[in-house]
Amino acid sequence: MNEQPLLEVKNLKKYFPIRKGLLRRLAGHVRAVDDVSFAIRKGETLSLVGESGCGKTTTSRCILRALDPTAGQIRYRSNESTVVDLAELPKSRLRPLRRQMQMIFQDPFSSLNPRMTLFDIISEPLVVNNVGTPQSRRERVAELLELVGLPPEFMNRYPHAFSGGQRQRIGIARALALNPALIVADEPVSALDVSVQAQIVNLLLDLQAELGLAYLFVAHDLSVVKHVSDRVAVMYVGKIVEIAETSALFSQPRHPYTEALLSAVPKPDPRLRSQRIILEGEVADPAHPPSGCYFHPRCRYAVDRCKTESPELNEIEPGHFVSCHRANEIELVGVS
Amino acid sequence: MQQTSQPILSVRNLKTYFHQDEGIVRAVDGASFDIYPGRTLGIVGESGCGKSVTARSILQIVDKGGRIEDGEILLRRATGNGQNDILDLAKLKPDSRQARAIRGSEIALIFQEPMTSFSPFHTVGNQIIEAIRLHKPVSRTEARQEAIELLRMVGIPRPDRRIDEYSFQLSGGLRQRVMIAMALSSDPKVLIADEPTTALDVTTQAQVLELLQQLQEEKGLSIILITHDMGVIAEMADDVVVMYLGRVVEQGPVDEIFHAPKHPYTRMLLRSIPSILARPRTKLATIAGSIPHPYNRPAGCPFHPRCPEFMPGKCDVLEPELVRQGENQEVSCFLYEE
Repeated sequence: MNEQPLLEVKNLKKYFPIRKGLLRRLAGHVRAVDDVSFAIRKGETLSLVGESGCGKTTTSRCILRALDPTAGQIRYRSNESTVVDLAELPKSRLRPLRRQMQMIFQDPFSSLNPRMTLFDIISEPLVVNNVGTPQSRRERVAELLELVGLPPEFMNRYPHAFSGGQRQRIGIARALALNPALIVADEPVSALDVSVQAQIVNLLLDLQAELGLAYLFVAHDLSVVKHVSDRVAVMYVGKIVEIAETSALFSQPRHPYTEALLSAVPKPDPRLRSQRIILEGEVADPAHPPSGCYFHPRCRYAVDRCKTESPELNEIEPGHFVSCHRANEIELVGVS
Repeated sequence: MQQTSQPILSVRNLKTYFHQDEGIVRAVDGASFDIYPGRTLGIVGESGCGKSVTARSILQIVDKGGRIEDGEILLRRATGNGQNDILDLAKLKPDSRQARAIRGSEIALIFQEPMTSFSPFHTVGNQIIEAIRLHKPVSRTEARQEAIELLRMVGIPRPDRRIDEYSFQLSGGLRQRVMIAMALSSDPKVLIADEPTTALDVTTQAQVLELLQQLQEEKGLSIILITHDMGVIAEMADDVVVMYLGRVVEQGPVDEIFHAPKHPYTRMLLRSIPSILARPRTKLATIAGSIPHPYNRPAGCPFHPRCPEFMPGKCDVLEPELVRQGENQEVSCFLYEE
């Protein structure tokens, strides 16, 4: 707990301008990420969950600086003593740090170049960063293929010869090539079939134990999230509404949105046909969010205060943060 | 309870093949099952198992290159004098007048992709009105009134305004509701829902599943629910068909499938699904290997290369038939042969 975090995100904001008319006048902002703070420790998995448009992918892209944040800090501990703020760093100085952070993508079909062999794909990060000799790269690629459960002989084949699950393994091998400390995985198993999904989830858990990786796991599937996470952050319209240890968040949610989200997940047992909480209406528009708490129009516990006053993210139990005015008054139901 | 009524639709030994340059893809290879009035049949399986092609075969809208080679699709229809007649849809020509009259009116379909299933050039209202007037001799104004009523029924707020919007102006959940309204415009007896909630967020999925259940109760619809999601099956289905590589490997009432699965594939599939009820950070049981490419379909039982109970000389040579197990369950596996 008291260990220094590997990555610390503070008050991160990413606004996208909305332009209108002939002169492209600024008509407002989409607040895709609106004041988000969290930390990831070495070797830990933090999951960002939420529905489409909640800002989870935008947050992960800002951390990798694929997008430039509007405001906030992204403090990364590159070794024992140095902490750098990725949000401020010019692109030229980002390069050496990028080796320590890698990404795994959702779609294993569009994220691999069909004209490159597995050797080309997996060794590309080594070539770009001038690591090793051609011979040592071949050895490294063989080692990586073995690590992700593919025979090293496949090195000279092209990606089209492989199934979705195998391609996702190739993408993981590429991400591991430079020995990163942090992997950002954006929906890494959601395009896969169930039986293959289980293999990849297990591989991610094994690699983490073996290599001490930290994962920022971005996903919408709460069942998968429960299998991989140490801690979970729930996002709604650009803000974190609740963040806690996995078991606490699932069994004792403290935010009404988390409760509704958990209740809506279909349970794979017909004897548990659920008491679903059906949320009214739709997710708020991040360009025109409601007043007060963004969730109040759909919240069944909302009171007058929720309409006017925006709640803060408060620690209500050690390690359990929630942004709800009524967190201490209401009894919510989780799953266990 | 199944025995008390007769099935509204019976699929018998359905075979739909695709003839391609590289060879024949046996997308559906001998599927049989029944759908009863007012009940939900879930068809579940992973990609390539033939669940969508089965649905398309019932409606005779198989993609180019594919053809129903064999089998029967028997639709039971009331003739009006208390009698039933049975029509074999597999015998109809796909573009015949009769096939077109049944498609959309007696059997309707909703798709996975609510974005691509609508024309972006016409308002959603005009598309529903067109569907209504295709099957009923009503005027435009009457059809418009009816369309507004349908939109209200599926829970669209301010339907009199939404009717003049285009599909891209609606959210994913609303689009799926509009698609359901359109499917119900001709008062079908059977609704085929092909992955109806796969593209939706979980809270929107809950809304749409709730809507389907409510409409089924009100109208006595039979629903064929096609999905890869065992959770959705557990929530919605009365009966379940599990498919693997074009074949039905097991079928039965939902409780038996989840609590007394017989086929090794069903058992392993259930163990490998991530569950929100699991302990945090636990590994999942896996099924070795991956789904074979349809051109390299294994001989014998299609599951044998991945099966832990594989019996050499039997499973890789002979194709198992569906055999009855207990009251209502059927399984196609040599472990259960007499």
